[in-house]
Amino acid sequence: MTPAEIGGIVAMQGFAGLSLFSVLLLMALGLAIIFGQMGVINMAHGEFMTIGAYTIYGCSHLAAIYLPSSQPYYFPIAILVAFFIAFIVGYAAEFLLIRHLYQRPLDTLLATWGLSLGMQQTFRSLFGAKEVSATLPDWLMGSVKPSESIDIPINGLFVMGLTVLVTGIVFLMLYRSRWGLRVRATVANRTMSNAIGINTKKVDRLTFAIGCGIAGIAGAAFTTIGSTGPTSGSLYIVDAFLVVTFGGAASLLGTIASAFGIAQTQSITEFFLTGSMAKVLTLLFVVTVLMLRPQGLFVSKIRR
Amino acid sequence: MRTIFRTATGGKQGMISLAILAAVLIVVFPLFFDIFRLNLIGKYLSYAFIAIGLVMLWGYGGILSLGQGVFFGLGGYCIAMFLKLEASDPITTKIQSTPGIPDFMDWNQITALPLLWQPFHSFTFSVFAMLAVPTLLAFIIGVAMFKRRVGGVYFAIITQAIALILSVLIIGQQGYTGGVNGITDLKTLHGWDIRTDNAKYILYFVNVALIILAILSCRWIISSKLGLLLLAMRDKEDRVRFSGYDVANFKIFVFCLAAMLSAIGGAMFTLQVGFMSPSFVGIVPSIEMVIFAAVGGRMSLEGAVYGTLLVNFGKTFFSESFPDLWLFLMAGLFIAVVLVFPNGLAGLVGTWINRRKSRTATRTTQAAPSDGWQRGANSNEPDLKTNHDSLPATKPQGI
Amino acid sequence: MPASKLILAVEGLTVSFDGFKAVDDLNLYVEENELRVVIGPNGAGKTTVLDLICGKTKATKGSVQFKDLELTKMSEHAIVRAGVGRKFQTPSIYENLSVFQNLELSFPTGRGVFGCLMFERTDDVVARVHEIATEISLQEELQLEAGLLSHGQKQWLEIGMLLMQDPELLMLDEPIAGMSARERELTADLLNRIGRDRSMIVIEHDMEFVRKIADKVTVLHQGKVLAEGSMDKVQADPRVIDVYLGH
Repeated sequence: MTPAEIGGIVAMQGFAGLSLFSVLLLMALGLAIIFGQMGVINMAHGEFMTIGAYTIYGCSHLAAIYLPSSQPYYFPIAILVAFFIAFIVGYAAEFLLIRHLYQRPLDTLLATWGLSLGMQQTFRSLFGAKEVSATLPDWLMGSVKPSESIDIPINGLFVMGLTVLVTGIVFLMLYRSRWGLRVRATVANRTMSNAIGINTKKVDRLTFAIGCGIAGIAGAAFTTIGSTGPTSGSLYIVDAFLVVTFGGAASLLGTIASAFGIAQTQSITEFFLTGSMAKVLTLLFVVTVLMLRPQGLFVSKIRR
Repeated sequence: MRTIFRTATGGKQGMISLAILAAVLIVVFPLFFDIFRLNLIGKYLSYAFIAIGLVMLWGYGGILSLGQGVFFGLGGYCIAMFLKLEASDPITTKIQSTPGIPDFMDWNQITALPLLWQPFHSFTFSVFAMLAVPTLLAFIIGVAMFKRRVGGVYFAIITQAIALILSVLIIGQQGYTGGVNGITDLKTLHGWDIRTDNAKYILYFVNVALIILAILSCRWIISSKLGLLLLAMRDKEDRVRFSGYDVANFKIFVFCLAAMLSAIGGAMFTLQVGFMSPSFVGIVPSIEMVIFAAVGGRMSLEGAVYGTLLVNFGKTFFSESFPDLWLFLMAGLFIAVVLVFPNGLAGLVGTWINRRKSRTATRTTQAAPSDGWQRGANSNEPDLKTNHDSLPATKPQGI
Repeated sequence: MPASKLILAVEGLTVSFDGFKAVDDLNLYVEENELRVVIGPNGAGKTTVLDLICGKTKATKGSVQFKDLELTKMSEHAIVRAGVGRKFQTPSIYENLSVFQNLELSFPTGRGVFGCLMFERTDDVVARVHEIATEISLQEELQLEAGLLSHGQKQWLEIGMLLMQDPELLMLDEPIAGMSARERELTADLLNRIGRDRSMIVIEHDMEFVRKIADKVTVLHQGKVLAEGSMDKVQADPRVIDVYLGH
């Protein structure tokens, strides 16, 4: 193989890794907000992603039947719908279940696992056990060829763009908005926040719901690279958790760096070894690093 | 000797609960169930080892491991490898391209028995490996995690990752492990056919005996200072450390104990059911194993056994008749066990017994100085603080 | 005057958190059988000093010599086994176990995994628990669940747990916080009694109490030693009055 071809392969694997990175990052962002900021383990996070994916499917179905002319336009609107539906379900879940378990992280883990089982079964009952696919608009199909040996699928670029947009919005909201200020205040000192009039319960609910909403967007991104089934969420949940802990749960920058690192490691090793060995090696690498440095890559040095 | 006897049986209350369990397993079940169903119960009982281990690790130690399937599987695979080699002697496999090696290796175009498999020709080695390999793995993980004060949620996630790693590895290396189907078609153990009804009866009773032994051993540990220490560690780990104890060592000990128990369960499973596959190793089965202990009562050794039997009975019954309903039930169980009855059935029974006792006239609860825990004590009263086993003496915080 | 042996020599001890020096180049010398009280305004670094000595926090610089051991290089439980006991600001006892069990767990044998498994509640152990329980006025409450004790009794229990370890250096962080006047009196007697054959470092705010128990007083301010000496000397020191005791 010529160096150009090798370069091409690495670039393509790199880009394939970028799609994985995007989905992983979107999942991890939601998780980092919920886990990193609130200390809540949401094992059902993958299912919120699936909600988003099924929403896209539903929208595409509806659009095809009732408004066939809207085919090229429905997608961005569907993404927003996915966010909102996941947001609402997340809001309800927090109210009914999560708020009873805030001081008990291990119990939250088990309870949300139960929630995820229930959600998976609901998907099965509503949509059937077989995988479904949304009909993607035409402009998402095909690929771009910047050079002879490099073939970049457009949906991959779209997903990346979406991820950058969402990440940017999350950063802005956390560090520039009133909500973000309230969240950071509550995390830093809950009692004081309550004392100065922040309704921490509402803040928690809103934060959880937003985290789930972001997972919904991840689901939308996911539909561009794969088909959706009741258990699609469980494909990414462990990876997403590892991304969050690897990056240092309190740091968004760490989340981004670790999502990138993990996705790329897996993608590139996948080319040289079998898919399963690549996954094993990537996971082993992450676990080993975590054993040596349990707090993750980026740590906040504030003395608690 | 008398002390060991008294403490291993956990005082009067402990002896009664164990006797009831033993009666149910040894007498009642064999009388009421045919060999087919008894074998099924034997299968459930092999899961019960994991639940007993979790009572020690999670109930007493406060450490949640979502990867016990790893140890169950490793123990099971060690025995399965031995049995498979025995079933793959050159005469039986003479139709293969390479006789004398397991069939799945043949299908994967492997022409010689891999080095990893060679020692498993020996029964002694296989049994030793079944006990040692999972325990060693637990030791390594324990040292890496507990010495660095990693606990709680982070530890749980890492055990999940390890379960994922092992299951992906096993499935991916088809030639060496039988892949997603696992190691099947196991026939004889040292010439003794394990598929006959007679063998199944014997294996069932062996399983029951081992369970009772496991409960006695764990009870002995619980009633020692180590049991008390585990409870103290859950409550105030720092204080324990500043009383001169190296906390990590105790966590490592109880983690290895749980691993070894799970491995024994895996081995018994393989013997009774005749195969072992990666479907017991991954994330989903490992979390299910936690629910067995949670339903029965994470502070109760006998409760763990009942919980395992109950959940598995339910699973078999419901998945046949109402499969959709079963998954919702499971989901509900996870949530209920956390929100409504954190001490499981044993906790509910204990509370009921307590209420009845407090209604009866004043008992002569002596405030003997040797009260506290069983070792060397005369007290057999099920006080709130002494009987760790079935009463919620310490409310598990879930942390 | 014959020179007393030093049991604790803290030299150049420094710890900084993200640039903030909680303890700054601190020197502290405690003699055998001395009862040293450390006082100072909030944030002066008093609790941090105890944290550094017992190993809860790792020092950035400096050394802590206990007898002939360098404590900054040892793990927390090793420091305890060497003979240092630490009482925390909020009572750190096992709420769900009985008073008897709390004391028994602090008995200084059988601290390894195997030791714990084989530990027998011998008559020696029982006798010692009773002895300490009487010392801390909790002999009637031995079977009571520790969580049900009053705040003051919990403080005593924690002191009792430390006494079970028989430490040569006992460090108490605000032992009378939350106690009634009567309890404070009893505690002062207790500390004077137990201080007779061991060294103690006590952090406190109640000046009357300090006067009752102290051999020597050290005043900390902003991580450094501001003044040191007898209670009278320190109370008269203008710098101390300025910073802490008020005008």
